[in-house]
Amino acid sequence: MSATLEVRNLRTHFFTRAGVVKAVDDVSFSVGRGEVLGLVGESGSGKTVTGFSVIGLIDPPGRIVGGSILYQGQDLAKLDEREMRHLRGNRIAMIFQDPMMTLNPVLRIDTQMIEAVRAHVKTSKAEARARARDALGMVGIPSPEERLNAYPHQFSGGMRQRVAIAIALLHNPDLLIADEPTTALDVTIQAQILAEVQKLASEHGTAMIWVTHDLSVIAGLADRIAVMYAGRVVETGDATAVLDHPVHPYTHGLIGSVPSRNKRGERLRQIPGMTPSLLSLPPGCAFRSRCGRATESCTQEPPTSEPSPGHTARCFHPVSA
Amino acid sequence: MFTWLVRRLFQASFVVLAMTLIVFIGVHVIGNPVDILISPEADQAERAKIIAEMGLDQPLWHQYLLFLNGAVHGDLGRSFVFNEPALRLIGQRMPATMELAVSAVLMAVCFGVPLGLYAGFRPNGIVGRVIMSGSILGFSLPTFWVGLMLIMVFAVQLGWLPSTGRGETAMLFGIRWSFLTWDGLRHMFLPALNLSLYNISLVLRLTRAGVREILPSDYIKFAHAKGLSPARVIFVHVLKNIMIPVVTVVGLELGSTIAFAVVTESVFAWPGMGKLIIDSINVLDRPVIVAYLMMIVLIFTTINLVVDVLYTMLDPRVRLENKA
Repeated sequence: MSATLEVRNLRTHFFTRAGVVKAVDDVSFSVGRGEVLGLVGESGSGKTVTGFSVIGLIDPPGRIVGGSILYQGQDLAKLDEREMRHLRGNRIAMIFQDPMMTLNPVLRIDTQMIEAVRAHVKTSKAEARARARDALGMVGIPSPEERLNAYPHQFSGGMRQRVAIAIALLHNPDLLIADEPTTALDVTIQAQILAEVQKLASEHGTAMIWVTHDLSVIAGLADRIAVMYAGRVVETGDATAVLDHPVHPYTHGLIGSVPSRNKRGERLRQIPGMTPSLLSLPPGCAFRSRCGRATESCTQEPPTSEPSPGHTARCFHPVSA
Repeated sequence: MFTWLVRRLFQASFVVLAMTLIVFIGVHVIGNPVDILISPEADQAERAKIIAEMGLDQPLWHQYLLFLNGAVHGDLGRSFVFNEPALRLIGQRMPATMELAVSAVLMAVCFGVPLGLYAGFRPNGIVGRVIMSGSILGFSLPTFWVGLMLIMVFAVQLGWLPSTGRGETAMLFGIRWSFLTWDGLRHMFLPALNLSLYNISLVLRLTRAGVREILPSDYIKFAHAKGLSPARVIFVHVLKNIMIPVVTVVGLELGSTIAFAVVTESVFAWPGMGKLIIDSINVLDRPVIVAYLMMIVLIFTTINLVVDVLYTMLDPRVRLENKA
């Protein structure tokens, strides 16, 4: 099966006055048709930048400096801005983290949806509007016809995220990048949105990259998981393999910090410290300063081990299950 | 909306009333017109007669009440100098000032917004930096000096444009306008540019600040993620957000531009209200001064009202009822 998206050795660096920030440094993964890839990591691990790199929306001083982003065999990193624009919102769509901020506050919903339709399909305003209305209905917005005339501030956060999802799915994209779209929402709304997106994506065979720091969200959603730390993928594999038999100490730490019923009464394990500054990353394993298993050898580039087929980790001292 | 409007009109009339009091007392403090207007050779009886004619023999509070009574009936007194109703005098000069101020503000928007957009999108380019540095000059150079320089360069040295007067005028709605004739436009260009320089800088900096603030926001990224053309993003998504502060400031500045046209009108001998008020102050022609200041207050309050209403059209989040 050829993957919808295959990212190989992607490097996205930010050239700031203080130095080069290697936000994404040698990241590879692939997503197939109808597959959901969970991109997991703490804040600042480069997962969001990875998403923006794929859709080609890295703002200066950031730049993709290496690697390839193969979408159905064609390298997105080499496309010019016009060709990229034809894919954006059409074949590759994105949903953002904060629904309160993704819609333009001074434009009506219909304006923002009709322009999205007409950016890729030559059609009359009335037809575009009808399409927008149907899309709103599909994501579960009651009385879509009237809601089209509303402004974003007249919607709740959950409803706004539904509108954003409706816009993202207007053209039945092949690839959907979801950047923590449920983080800002109530749990009940979160579950609804998750179910909604899952349903819509599976109906059209949309490949999804679900960026999140929330392992409990990813557990029920992702087919495969890539764990990112300091701009690199440290562990990747099938969701069940990674979650049930994590190999990298960092993945272990992440899973350990999720509260659960089975661990009641026990102290919640935490990962000490915080993500290192990407400005002055020393060579070797970036996690070693926070890792209980680190030794001298961790100052070298860690090797890739493969505990089970398709499940890989970059570590000198993998945790054996 | 309606209750809001009534309340605002009520507030506005209070402002106007307070202004009459301040202005009335103020002009009585700056000097006695009797000393200037009556010839020193006049004898005592003549003096008393003229003073009584001008109503200056009454106590101040009585004069004020008489003035208020007249004002309610649309009469702001007669000019001591021209012996004509002050309002009519101002009315004759007003179109000249209005067209000058309005064209100055239009110029501010037409130059300021595009320059600001450019400087906002290319903040580190040389052109962007030059625009920003230039705007500091626009802020800080005194109007009269710039006016003189404009005359020096464009009227005297290059001889491209005339430097004084309104030029040829044409009638519209029974009023003479300069902007309807080519010659009038040529006469208007330099004074309007002079008057608008400050506003251009202001609008330019506001626009740039708006662009810098809005560009990194999520909804602009989302607009790009929808695959919209850059033009659509700039002229619909960015511009509509920027228009909110720009409209406020331009609205308020229109009032100040009318009021401060005084300097430009003097430099370019533009026969507007500003020139009239300067002449009137020189001879202490009280009714004209009072009437002029009343007009300015009225213009200011009206513009504020219009700006508030415009707000609701630009920013859907503003609902007038909520702002008591």
